[in-house]
Amino acid sequence: MEFGPHFFLASLEGAVNAAVLALMAVGLSIVFGIMRVVNVAHGEFFMLGAVIAWWISSLVGGHPAIGFVLALLAAPLIVGAIAVAADHFVLRRINYDPERTIVATIGLLYVIQQTTLMTFGPEARPVEAPFNTRLALPWFEKTADGFSMYWPWGLSTTSYKLAVIAAAVVILIALWLFMTRTKIGLIMRATQLDREMALTHGIPVDRVYAMVFGLGAGIAALAAVLIVPIQQAHYLMGGDPLLLSFIVVIIGGLGSIPGTIIAALLIGMSDGIISVFFSPTVAKIIATLLVAFVLIFRPQGLLGKRIA
Amino acid sequence: MKDQLRTSLFHLLIIGLMAGLYFTLPEYHSGVLARAMVLAVYAMGYNLLFGYTGLLSLGHALFFATGMYGLGLAMQHLDVGASTGIVFGLIAALVISTVIGFLALRTTGVAFMIVTLMFAQAGYLIILWMGEYTRGDEGFAIQASERVLAGIDLSQPDNRYFAALVLFGISLLLIGWVVRSGFGKTLVAIRENEERARMLGYNVHRHKWVAVIISGVLSGAAGAAYALLFGYVGATFATVQYSIFPLLYVLLGGAGTTLGPLVGTVFMYYLIDLSSQVTSAYLLIAGVALILLTLFAPQGIIGELRKRVFPWLP
Repeated sequence: MEFGPHFFLASLEGAVNAAVLALMAVGLSIVFGIMRVVNVAHGEFFMLGAVIAWWISSLVGGHPAIGFVLALLAAPLIVGAIAVAADHFVLRRINYDPERTIVATIGLLYVIQQTTLMTFGPEARPVEAPFNTRLALPWFEKTADGFSMYWPWGLSTTSYKLAVIAAAVVILIALWLFMTRTKIGLIMRATQLDREMALTHGIPVDRVYAMVFGLGAGIAALAAVLIVPIQQAHYLMGGDPLLLSFIVVIIGGLGSIPGTIIAALLIGMSDGIISVFFSPTVAKIIATLLVAFVLIFRPQGLLGKRIA
Repeated sequence: MKDQLRTSLFHLLIIGLMAGLYFTLPEYHSGVLARAMVLAVYAMGYNLLFGYTGLLSLGHALFFATGMYGLGLAMQHLDVGASTGIVFGLIAALVISTVIGFLALRTTGVAFMIVTLMFAQAGYLIILWMGEYTRGDEGFAIQASERVLAGIDLSQPDNRYFAALVLFGISLLLIGWVVRSGFGKTLVAIRENEERARMLGYNVHRHKWVAVIISGVLSGAAGAAYALLFGYVGATFATVQYSIFPLLYVLLGGAGTTLGPLVGTVFMYYLIDLSSQVTSAYLLIAGVALILLTLFAPQGIIGELRKRVFPWLP
């Protein structure tokens, strides 16, 4: 393939990455923004979403779409409930102390991951996509008599990949509307701005925290259900997305949702594109060092505002 | 001074006890203890930073792996002997911890944790990327014939045990002395109240930096010793998991106590050893232990003992 079509294909793959990454990172970001804790187990909530999707779709027979839609509804709820339980039994008891929370969520990470290993097993298991039509894509070429359209061999995507991008956009818009246009969203933002003040105004901060932790985990599970027909479910699949969403949240500015989405697009796209043309290991080395240096020299993130 | 002397005598007693264990325990257990003592040195390095200075690093595997690869790569590719290899490992750990300390200490709290995590992850990826020399995930073995230090064959179980004990003993006496010195007490002051320590005129940044360097070099020494005594160098030792282990050992044994790292390492080692005979998901134990410790015993075994029974424990 020539460079143009190849680059186009890489950007399409990158866009699918970016869509899922944006969801995952927004989940991490609202938890950090509102609760001021770093949830290291976020990647495992993502993994659980994928495993539950596999479990549901293998239980439900018939057309793959039935199982998939059920998984799309049930997985976020189940994972959200697990997260709420973790908040209730662990995080609340250590008073959301930032450092102890990290240690506890590392513990949670191992518990979830290893329990999955014991029950689900070490294999990667596929989930069938609800629809998966291969779409050939055209490319334009400049010839002596203007532009002409042709269909390069190998330049194609699937309808499902395009649907993932669309679904991510819809979910992000819905989340934004939820945070800015509803009473619960208002209460969450009030808690984020000033926890003590929210308490004095009778906001049940404990319940808000539990809800936010559940919501963050639920979004991660949703992202996993969307990606699992492309990627397969595996008990170690949470590691890379966790690292990438950390990177996104830090680059985008801790706790800033628009910043997080822009950074997810930037990182997801460039990770996809760099991985196609160069070694993925080099891409990851650059990304991790970038995060370290951003935190050292610009702790408010590239797009975040400096807090006085 | 009396305090210093009493601590050192107590530590000598512990070292003697560990030597005695070799002659009383069956061979399997002395093999486990040799490994645990080397890892305890790693945990002691970690403890100086976490337990005494209050800096929680999530990237100590970088220092451990630096010592390990410093020795391993030098012996493998430069054809040097074991003693020169150790020097290479220690110098590599010194350089890396000086640089990482300088950079990472510009941040505090959660940012410090993430920065150290990211540097360690970059280190791990670099090991994979330079697979031509490091053989990546697979790693490489150091031949038994090369593992000879001052004429002593370290691949023999008895020599290996006492080599581990020597390293452990030196580290324990060194740490015991450091934490009872003025420098160590300043570190505790920084942990308890950084602003006040600064106001009293201590150079907080320099103290923390030196703590990172001592901690990094001890971790590197443990890494180099691990490679030399057990003959294997691999990228597994640079993963996040190996950054979590010393945290776990120290939390379990007791942060800010000199014996906590040893107790935590031995305890966890046996726990994982026993559970891995039952299930391959042995890390589940580590996870449950971390959660229970943060919830119920943030002081660890030795910490709780010191609080309740023996207030004189160092």
